[in-house]
Amino acid sequence: MRGIFCSLRQLSVTYGRGRNAALDGIDLDIAAGERLAIIGESGSGKSTLARTLGGLLPEGAKVGGEMLWPGLGHPPRPGRDFGFVFQDPGSSLNPVLTIGEQIAEGARHHLGFSWKQAYARAEELLGRVRIPQPDKAMRAFPHQLSGGQRQRVAIAAAIAAKPALLIADEATSALDVVVQAEIVRLLDGLVREDGMTLLFITHDIALASGFVDRIAVFRNARLVEAGSVRSVLSAPKSDYTAALIASHRDLTTPPLIEEVAS
Amino acid sequence: MSRLLRTPEGVIGFAILLVLLSAGLLAPILSPGDPLKIAGRALLTPFTDPAFPLGTDRLGRDVLAGLLYGARTSLAVGLAAAFSAMVLGLCVGMAAGFAGGLVDEALMRVVDAFQIVPAFLLALAFVSTIGVSTPIIVIAIALGTWADPARLTRAQVLAIREQDYVASARVIGMHPAEIAFREILPNALPPVLALSATIVAGAILTEAALSFLGLGNPNIATWGSMIAEGRSVLRSASYLSVIPGAALAMTVLGVHLFSEGLGKALGDNGARAA
Amino acid sequence: MIDTLLSIEDLSKGFSSSGRRVAALDNVSLTIAAGETLGLVGASGSGKSTLSRILLRLLAADAGSIRFEGADWLALDGAPLRRRRAHMQMVFQDPLAAFNPLATVSAVLDDPLRIHGIAAKNQRPGEIATLLERVGLTADHAARPVRSLSGGQRQRVAIARAIATRPSLLVLDEAVSALDVTVRGRILELLVDLQKEQGIACLFISHDLAVVRAVSHRIAVMDSGRIVETGPAAAVVAAPQSDAARALVAAVPRLVTDPI
Repeated sequence: MRGIFCSLRQLSVTYGRGRNAALDGIDLDIAAGERLAIIGESGSGKSTLARTLGGLLPEGAKVGGEMLWPGLGHPPRPGRDFGFVFQDPGSSLNPVLTIGEQIAEGARHHLGFSWKQAYARAEELLGRVRIPQPDKAMRAFPHQLSGGQRQRVAIAAAIAAKPALLIADEATSALDVVVQAEIVRLLDGLVREDGMTLLFITHDIALASGFVDRIAVFRNARLVEAGSVRSVLSAPKSDYTAALIASHRDLTTPPLIEEVAS
Repeated sequence: MSRLLRTPEGVIGFAILLVLLSAGLLAPILSPGDPLKIAGRALLTPFTDPAFPLGTDRLGRDVLAGLLYGARTSLAVGLAAAFSAMVLGLCVGMAAGFAGGLVDEALMRVVDAFQIVPAFLLALAFVSTIGVSTPIIVIAIALGTWADPARLTRAQVLAIREQDYVASARVIGMHPAEIAFREILPNALPPVLALSATIVAGAILTEAALSFLGLGNPNIATWGSMIAEGRSVLRSASYLSVIPGAALAMTVLGVHLFSEGLGKALGDNGARAA
Repeated sequence: MIDTLLSIEDLSKGFSSSGRRVAALDNVSLTIAAGETLGLVGASGSGKSTLSRILLRLLAADAGSIRFEGADWLALDGAPLRRRRAHMQMVFQDPLAAFNPLATVSAVLDDPLRIHGIAAKNQRPGEIATLLERVGLTADHAARPVRSLSGGQRQRVAIARAIATRPSLLVLDEAVSALDVTVRGRILELLVDLQKEQGIACLFISHDLAVVRAVSHRIAVMDSGRIVETGPAAAVVAAPQSDAARALVAAVPRLVTDPI
């Protein structure tokens, strides 16, 4: 039985001047070392959840309820206790710093490495995230890499300081299907090897179902249901989850168009 | 508008400008007659004589009248100069942004030239060579300040041209002129308009500085000339320079606060749309 | 004999990037018949967007030809081009960026009607209402600013704007990629309906093979600026011949009830 890493009790978030809650009374436990997918469409609150956990809410946001961290014993420190991977690899990396610098920064700052040690770790991480020719890549700038490669770099930077929790906020949504599948495989591998807890936020239930342990479905700021992948997908408790599953479309789904006689 | 008034800067700025505007508009009612004519005894201190609430200057002219009519000059020149600068800047910026290539390069070198010369010195040189009538002063100030709006407009046009909605307009077959004026220009304006408030403030200060140096129109009351006149009696009757000086400072502060509030109100709008 | 509506032949386009010449399109050829949907799939960087931009005359090609409705499409310019644009329209990926931030729905729909003289001034509101209803919205959406609509609703307005001129070809560039999953299916159904009803041919561009399969008669696969495979949709999906197609088939996410 795994320990609880983070426990949310009646968590509520309202932005600045909004009347509507972005998150409304969320009760959720995140087990240590588990891979949990947060599934929701636009306006569901899934990104708000990620940002609340990561302490990235804008000024004026009101937070109610509790966030307990029994696994750590204290609120998580950015970089050291958790890493965050954003949706847009184009804007989450600093365009004027080299790749090496950006990854090394985390190790240096949180682990107290010297620059030499930090750079060595950065190069090692680039190898782990499968960037070709890591030594050359260390000196490259973000704009010289493709979107998929930039996201790998962002992941490397997020895990540089060996955090216990990795939050991926729609980390694959801006990538095409082929790259998406590669990034998901990468995340799966890294998280298993390092024993990290993974929070994978996405709108694509099928993508998540391929590798996570549990699924939590959000809708209109509320938690609709949560459970193991098998139970949620084969026996969804809520109509909304059933609708999400039904709208999934893959190559086995019958096409909408009538076949043309050739 | 309502959002503007919710910011503290917007409220204070707006209030100050409203007072200024009223002072200028109501000047003939509050102080009828020529402010430059001798009205009473010389060097009366403020608040001593109810007929002259702010006292009189060395020649016996009413300070309050001078202040109110000076407000008109400052406003009129400030607004006219800023308006001319904006219009010229918008036209040149749009032309450069749309034309591209050699035309863009040529226009930008002209903009560079005007930006390099300090605005005040340009205005000074212009007025001292050509003359001191009000229209010349307006042109002089506009020449020194049109370069910034031009550059900003061009940057806006270049950015907006790449947007999907401009491509959409081309795809549905909209004429390039219509695209320029209906799709691009209205979306390019907001930051340029925000700049206009600073230009007005600068124009008012430049006008005051020119008339302080004796290069303003001698036939009308201006705050700058009042400050200049008070220099010789600065020790004994400091109020003669301080009062118009304070009015000038308040006006510039009001304009800046107003533009801050405007920026916040517009910025808010942009952020919420995400 | 089915008419060929669009015929692209040996289209090429290169870009210079840091001193090197990159071929975004390398001798691309394809055809679309009247009333059919051709799905164009490929990973990012395969050249799909470049192709759509050249087709919509937003970008100039380096070499090659395009024949549309029997005429040389690339030779048109100025006013004649603008007039013919009524026959080829586009729906963009980002439903927010595709509209003037200041526009209302009725202004957006009025533009193509006015520019191409589809309806007289007093008839336009009626035509706008008809268009809105055709795409599953109501007439009272007309007065609302486009910004106030949801992503799915905005994309419906984009489709309404595109069909306003009664085009013979509709280009959809990742038109459903930015929409919620539950909304996507409905938009795809709308597109198939419109095609059945009005006989519009479609070029449906996406990186998601599952979405393309749902609405296309034939599929063309792009990789590094080249078309590497073409064929009937069912055949390409069931038995992909090229590496690119195989990678795309493998990458489509499937619901996995029992992960390892």
